[in-house]
Formats: sequence, C-alpha cells, structure tokens
Amino acid sequence: MSNITQSLYNIRLLDELAEKKTVIHKIHPLAKVMTTGVYLIVTVSFGRYELSGLIPLIFYPIIVIALADIPVITIAKRVLLVSPLIIGIGVFNPIINQDPMIIMPWIVISSGWVSFLSLLVKGILTALAALLLISTTGITKIALALRMIWVPKIFILQFLLTYRYISVLIEEVGRILRAYSLRSPREKGIRFSNWGSLTGQLLIRTLDRAQRVYYSMCCRGFKGEYNVGRELGIQFKDFLYFSGWSVYFLIIRYFNISELIGSLMIGVGK
Amino acid sequence: MSHHKIEVNGLKYQYTDGRQALNGVNFLITHGQSVGIVGANGAGKSTLLMHLVGILFPNEGEVNVGDVPVTKKTLPVIRQSVGMVFQNPDDQLFMTTVYDDVAFGPRNYQLPEEEVQKRVQEALDTVGVLHLKGRPPYKLSGGEKRAVAIATVLAMKPDVLVMDEPTSALDPKSRRRLIKLLQGFTHTKIITSHDMDMVFELCERTIVLKDGKVAADGPTMEILKNRELMEECSLEVPLTLQACPVCGRNNI
Repeated sequence: MSNITQSLYNIRLLDELAEKKTVIHKIHPLAKVMTTGVYLIVTVSFGRYELSGLIPLIFYPIIVIALADIPVITIAKRVLLVSPLIIGIGVFNPIINQDPMIIMPWIVISSGWVSFLSLLVKGILTALAALLLISTTGITKIALALRMIWVPKIFILQFLLTYRYISVLIEEVGRILRAYSLRSPREKGIRFSNWGSLTGQLLIRTLDRAQRVYYSMCCRGFKGEYNVGRELGIQFKDFLYFSGWSVYFLIIRYFNISELIGSLMIGVGK
Repeated sequence: MSHHKIEVNGLKYQYTDGRQALNGVNFLITHGQSVGIVGANGAGKSTLLMHLVGILFPNEGEVNVGDVPVTKKTLPVIRQSVGMVFQNPDDQLFMTTVYDDVAFGPRNYQLPEEEVQKRVQEALDTVGVLHLKGRPPYKLSGGEKRAVAIATVLAMKPDVLVMDEPTSALDPKSRRRLIKLLQGFTHTKIITSHDMDMVFELCERTIVLKDGKVAADGPTMEILKNRELMEECSLEVPLTLQACPVCGRNNI
C-alpha cells in the first residue's frame, strides 16, 4: 500500500519540478514540445545495428537535466520503470540472431546483442526525453503547446483529464487497499475471490469522484478548454533553442560523430 | 429585479435508480439573506444545491436565479452568479498550484490576465491564505484547503454563495475561523450543514428538509429551538441552545 502512496507522490513530484524557474523552464512550451518531437523521431529513426550513432544523442538529456536542475536519481528511477518492457521486447534478439558482428581479439559480439542494446538505448533515451519534457514544462503548458499546433481540442482534453484521472485512481486504490488490509491481517495480497468486487468498487468510486471534480470545473465556467493563462509570446531564444537542437540532432543523424571522432583519434595515434 | 434572488417552485427530482430525492420543494430566498438548509442524511440537501447551479435539472418544477430560469442555455450566466463550494475541497482543487486553481474560473471567462491576477490576489487575501498561492493544493491542511476552495469561488465574484457542509472535517479552530470569515461576507448565502451551531450563528433563516420536502421554513431561532421538530427530522437542538451540562442553566 505504501507503494501506491509513493506512486501518487511520484506523479505529483513531476508537477512540482515543472514549477521551477530555470533557463529551460522559461523556454516556450512549444519550442520544448517540438524539440522533443524531433529528438524522438531522430532517435527511433536509427537502424537496429547503428548503436554508435545513438551515443551523441545522450548529450541532450544530460544538458537539459543540468540546466533545468532536475534531480538525476529521481528521473533515473522513472526511466528504469520502463526498462523491463524494453528488455521484454528485445530479450530474444541475442538468442535468435547469433551472427558475429563485432569481432575483437578477445570477444565476439553477435548482431543480436547489438540490436538488443540499440533497442535498450533508444527506449531509455525516448523515455528520458518524455519525462524531461513533463518535468520542465508541466502538463497544462504541454497542452497549450499542442493547441498551438492545431491538435484537436478533444484530444487535448482527453490527454489532460486522463492525466488528472491517474491521481484520482491512485488515491482511491490507496483507500480501498488500506480498508482491505486492516480487515485481513494475515493476507499478504488480495484474495483472488475479492478481485472482482474490489475492481468494480474502484471503477464506481473513481467515476463518482471524477464526476464530482468535473462538476466543480463546470461550476467555474469550464467549457471544454483549459485556459492556462500567462500566454507567452515566442521569442528569439525559443526559436534558437528549437533550431539549435534540431540542427544538432540532424547532424547526428546524417554523420556518425562517434565514428568520426574514433577514426580521427586513430589517425592522430598513427 | 434582483439577480441575487433564488426561487424554487415545485421542485421534484428522481434519481435513475428510482429514489425520489426531492418531492415538491418551494422557497424564495431574497437578496442578502443567509439561509441554512438542514436535514437528516438523504433528506435531499445536496441534491437541492446541485439544482441551484445547474448540475442537475428538475423532473418537475423550476429554479430561477434572479429572473433567469436555470436551464442548459442559461448555465454560463447562472454559474457566474451562483458560486458553489463543494463538500470535499479535494473535488474542487485539481490544478498544480493554489494560484492556478483560483485563477481557473476567471480564466474560463476569458478575463485579461491582469484582471485574473487581481482577482486571485483579492480572493486569497479575503480568506487569509495569500501566502499559500505558490503551494500545491494537495499539500495543504484541511482548513487551508477549505479556505482555498472558497477563494476559487470568490474569484468568480458571485452574487450568491452556495456551500455544502462547509465545516465538515474541520478542527475547532479552523471551523471558528471559517464562521468568522463567512460572517463577514455580504453575499446571499445558502449553507447546508449538520453543524447546527454553525447554522445558528450564521443564518437568520433555516429551511428543514425531510424526505425531499420542506418540513419547516422560518427564522433560525424559532426552528432550531423546536425540539419536537428537530427530533422528528432526525436533528438536534444546537448545543448553544441546550441546557448547560454542568449547572443545568438553559440558554433559551
């Protein structure tokens, strides 16, 4: 049960991080959303054996984390949460694909391992970019940016309400589990026969609660559009942020920087 | 014509499960009145309040705010004029900071950001929690949450304040602070509560609901000291009006 309370704390922590006032936080949400978009496209566009090409992409999250004053461990823990999923997808690559790819005097690495590692790196980088976007911008401002690029209102509303519903859901799960555990001292989990009724209860209670939240929103003039206020104009620095990073990502995409630096060093060595 | 008048005529409402929550409610609340609505659990208090702000619509009868009937078309006008404070402040606070939560209503009415800022400052200042404006709402105490919930409504500058059990789950000090705050408001106030002493202190008029009908309507003093009526409606005479448990002296 403490894990559930912890999850709620975790979700809210991202919202709190988004309220900071660093250089990165002050960049226009649209510039950050679009930069993240380009980053994600470039990251996933690498082929499955192009592991070395992915390495320079790590500089983007490192620089953002440093400038936005985001606690590394907090973000790292959340990224690790998605790693089992990626490992689950790619775990059979090394077994199925055993063709030797990198042959060194002391070790031979198969193409399966390279593709698995490249999948893992891509997964971690994309999850990191998404988390950094949320923790430096905040959900409501992301919604504002999406609205500026003509994403339909209905999708944005779904996105925002789903995000809010998560905390409502977790709160109710916490309450139900607390009530259950207090009356079943010898049980470690929830008995299978009770799963159905507990899930049903959870659904009804969260719907009720979500409806009350919605009513309170309607009573304050909510008509299907979140107005976050403080609409900032796009400044030159925002344009520079987006274009600077985009050029960097495209250079990485078309030139294998790691390989170039490697051959340069070998050349110097010779 | 007054926009602060609330008129309920022959209001009937049945929930989809067949429960008749309101069964012909009539009353007229005029400008500046402070009215307590009391009744046992399930008497129809919250259902009645939801009709006043157009969350529910009557099966029969009508609700008028000023001279405007509460219908789907008139909701924007009604909700600007009638502000509702929910029973659980957690239902009302959903943004990431207190400031954004209080600004939510004014922003929905497309007010310029300078005006929004002014209203937020004023509302938070009125309820005495201006220092909390940068805090996340879920980190506040029960009393602070309630104060912010009231500020979210005040920022809309309503003519009528509707409150559902405002003192529930408050510690005695927070309760006293809230009562003093509400005493200072000049709005028309409609308050449902089981806190009979609060109703006694705040409201000059009381409506008693029983089984979805008005069982009594009149000056608070007369209604609340009527022991027979109170017991019949599963209520109790306020402690202030009961005999002192130590010396036995009666306040009435």
